[in-house]
Amino acid sequence: MAVTADAGTTLDTFPKYLVYNAKRFADRPAMRHKDYGIWQSWSWKEQLDEVRAFAIGLKGIGLARGDKIAVIGSNRPRLYWTFAAAQALGAVPVPIYADSVAEEMAYVLDHAEARFAVVEDQEQVDKLLSIAEKIPALEHIIYDEPRGLRDYDHERLHDYASLREAGLAALSASSDAAADWERWVAEGRGEDLGIMLYTSGTTGRPKGVMLSNDNLVKSALHGNSFDNLGPDETTIAYLPLAWVGDHVFSYSQSYTAGFCVSCPESADTVTENRREIAPTYFFAPPRVFEGLLTSIMVRMEDAGRTKKWLFDHFLDHARKVGEPILNGEKVGLWDRFKYALGDFLVYGPLKNRMGMSRLRVGYTAGEAIGPELFRFYRSIGLNVKQLYGQTEACVYITAQPDGKIRADTVGLPSPGVEVKIADSGEVLYRSDGVFMGYYKNEEATRATKTPDGWVHTGDAGFFDAEGHLKIIDRAKDVGKLQSGALFAPKYIENALKFFPDIKEVVAFGDEREFCAVFVNIDLESVGNWAERNNIAYASYQELAGHPEVYRTVAEHVEEANRRLAAEPLMAASQIRRFLVLHKELDADDGELTRTQKVRRSFIAERYGELIEALYDGSQEKYVETEMTFEDGRKGKVRATVRIADAKVFDAPAETVREAAE
Amino acid sequence: MNVQVGPDQLLARDDGVAKGEVLLDIRNVSLSFGGVKAITDISFNVLKGEIRAIIGPNGAGKTSMLNVINGFYTPQLGTIVFRGKQRRSMKPHEAVGQGIARTFQNVALFKGMSTLDNIMAGRSVMMKRNIGWQMLWHGPALAEEIEHRRAVEEIIDFLEIQHIRRTPVGKLPYGLQKRVELGRALAMEPSLLLLDEPMAGMNLEEKEDMSRFILDVNQQRGTTIALIEHDMGVVMDLSDRVVVLDYGKKIADDVPDIVKADQNVIDAYLGVPH
Repeated sequence: MAVTADAGTTLDTFPKYLVYNAKRFADRPAMRHKDYGIWQSWSWKEQLDEVRAFAIGLKGIGLARGDKIAVIGSNRPRLYWTFAAAQALGAVPVPIYADSVAEEMAYVLDHAEARFAVVEDQEQVDKLLSIAEKIPALEHIIYDEPRGLRDYDHERLHDYASLREAGLAALSASSDAAADWERWVAEGRGEDLGIMLYTSGTTGRPKGVMLSNDNLVKSALHGNSFDNLGPDETTIAYLPLAWVGDHVFSYSQSYTAGFCVSCPESADTVTENRREIAPTYFFAPPRVFEGLLTSIMVRMEDAGRTKKWLFDHFLDHARKVGEPILNGEKVGLWDRFKYALGDFLVYGPLKNRMGMSRLRVGYTAGEAIGPELFRFYRSIGLNVKQLYGQTEACVYITAQPDGKIRADTVGLPSPGVEVKIADSGEVLYRSDGVFMGYYKNEEATRATKTPDGWVHTGDAGFFDAEGHLKIIDRAKDVGKLQSGALFAPKYIENALKFFPDIKEVVAFGDEREFCAVFVNIDLESVGNWAERNNIAYASYQELAGHPEVYRTVAEHVEEANRRLAAEPLMAASQIRRFLVLHKELDADDGELTRTQKVRRSFIAERYGELIEALYDGSQEKYVETEMTFEDGRKGKVRATVRIADAKVFDAPAETVREAAE
Repeated sequence: MNVQVGPDQLLARDDGVAKGEVLLDIRNVSLSFGGVKAITDISFNVLKGEIRAIIGPNGAGKTSMLNVINGFYTPQLGTIVFRGKQRRSMKPHEAVGQGIARTFQNVALFKGMSTLDNIMAGRSVMMKRNIGWQMLWHGPALAEEIEHRRAVEEIIDFLEIQHIRRTPVGKLPYGLQKRVELGRALAMEPSLLLLDEPMAGMNLEEKEDMSRFILDVNQQRGTTIALIEHDMGVVMDLSDRVVVLDYGKKIADDVPDIVKADQNVIDAYLGVPH
């Protein structure tokens, strides 16, 4: 194909790109959908026809410029076409999470004042009808899947197919319809509101992030050139439509770069469909990568001895040389040969199994990925990278460029993005992708976006020596030591938790003289070690207090301190004292949340005596703690907990880097 | 290039009976095994396009009734009129030929075969090419296979079992096996579908799903359904009319609301002091 994604033409709306793509990519595939067991596909020309027909159909029932149109459902071509059809008419799509319960939808639909909704099936129609009274603005519901809806009152309900037919009929009836369509598309402007995405918001009500066409087009183009995305990429759309990532990866970038997006047959067939498609460009949150690896490891446990040996042997080799090879570093000829053999015997089949044999660029984001997990994927030759983004930024804030990958950073500022760190440690950014504001929420907009365009992320972070951004914690959790140095509890806890022996860590230090931690050992891992070394123990408590265990933990703390010392901002929070807690932190006792997150303030209250002991210099402390047994009975554990000092390292000269451009 | 098949092509076969007319008429049927009277002088009918429930306590003769309808048992007395044709005895395969399909109380699938193959098996009665052609796998036999496969894919889509298309059914959880069995019955494009306890042993969510599918089969495909079920809530919600059996006799026959209030029915279910 002679035409590339970036042929010098830059347009300002997606419908314009659609028309342009129908010309430049004509018969190349734009979208695929597995239906009735077969991959159905639409070329760019056909996609244009579909979008145009549906847009004319929508116009026919009154969709006008500026109207909001909700889009609810799973990843299906017709819902993606709705984005383009609505934007062509100057209307604003508002995708909503399909698994939201009716009440959540009511809030968003009402707040957005949506007049129209395009939904997947009966389930969503039922939800909307059940909240009809709360959303008076909603006039028309259009459904894609007619099953079960035959006997519904069709006064305000429309079948997608019938609107499409109406559009096609209008097109064949006179040439005016086509001319109208061209006029509508031409009227679209880059500065127009392109889409509204509601952020889930862990606190308070969801906020409607308004993104302009310019925001999305420019961010997509930056992303395309950063990863060299062209019309030959192929990707599978399986993440929620309402999430900014999917909107950028499966819509904005597809339209600007011209690549084909495949929609899976159903939510349950994603893994299988991915194997069939073998995407070259792929995005997944860490838990997807984790799930894939676990399922393979479980299967390998059942494999024959030879296979298991091959698997282990070559994965060991990959761990040694895989990453350097991927990063283009110097690796000896013999190692390269052995790696190639491993690729043929192990890594290749493994990648095929995971549907990643053609993967060129893979991203993980959303939360911190364990370094072991991350390295595993990279070592078998998959170019998995991390990025850091937000809805308010059209995804991209920082990303890792090829060859400059670290397991513990989120990369360099993306092209066109400026990032700086506020005095409070909070990460701020400014870019072409910065949102227009929150819909009908001036106050929140002012609190997030400064007049000169900088956006507060709410995350605390810093740049390491090579200019890579590291996110350390939510800004509100970050405190200060008495010396005034930054204290980020989660960062310290993570530094220790990556050791398999350590299950949970709670760090203290805000308003204190130094940083000190509680440690929970991992009973399975440490118990295994004890067995191998003939160390007898009767309970968690006994094992936790064992001198050998203290010695091991001390080594880990020392190692963590060594790493912390290497980072100017973190050097002051090296762990000076630690103790191994006499009981496991447990959700039943309220010490962890049900999703296994440490409840720091609760623990600080419950173990107040131990915290004081950490800071008053005592060597041991007798405590009684109430605990809940698995059968619900309550009891007391009594223990004398030993407190140990840890080795700390000298910090390098303090150099706080300025924001990189 | 796009195979556009919609649910509209999934209609039940044309059986010459208009919606709302009598599709199946049971007249004074009695069945006994030796001295045991399973069914005594029962009459009721099933109208085209309705969901008809047959309920009753254990041993009331419900399954025997289904077996009479699909020709597995031949009643000693009475007549059965299906699609306007009267009959006394009929072999099960003849029943299938006439458009009666059923599912079983205990799942009866080919455990080692995949979902796809099991449903495909339901199409075998409609295959016109003989085994010779089918073994050749060429020309008309191939074309026919593709046509049947498309019909099967529509059923897979309809029942939302795409993810288990290639899974041997023996490995599937019970609720899904029930769904596959329904799929196999649907593959015959029946004009009367008999369901023997379609929700037995299911949890609430599976029951809700199955109810949805039964309603959809009835509405979307216009298939007439006769079902036996123990879960009263399900029966009363799903069916248009209910016939109640007790000790082989009919004790009520009406719309759910009236049947629910019928003293005889309440007595039969709760028991009365004798």
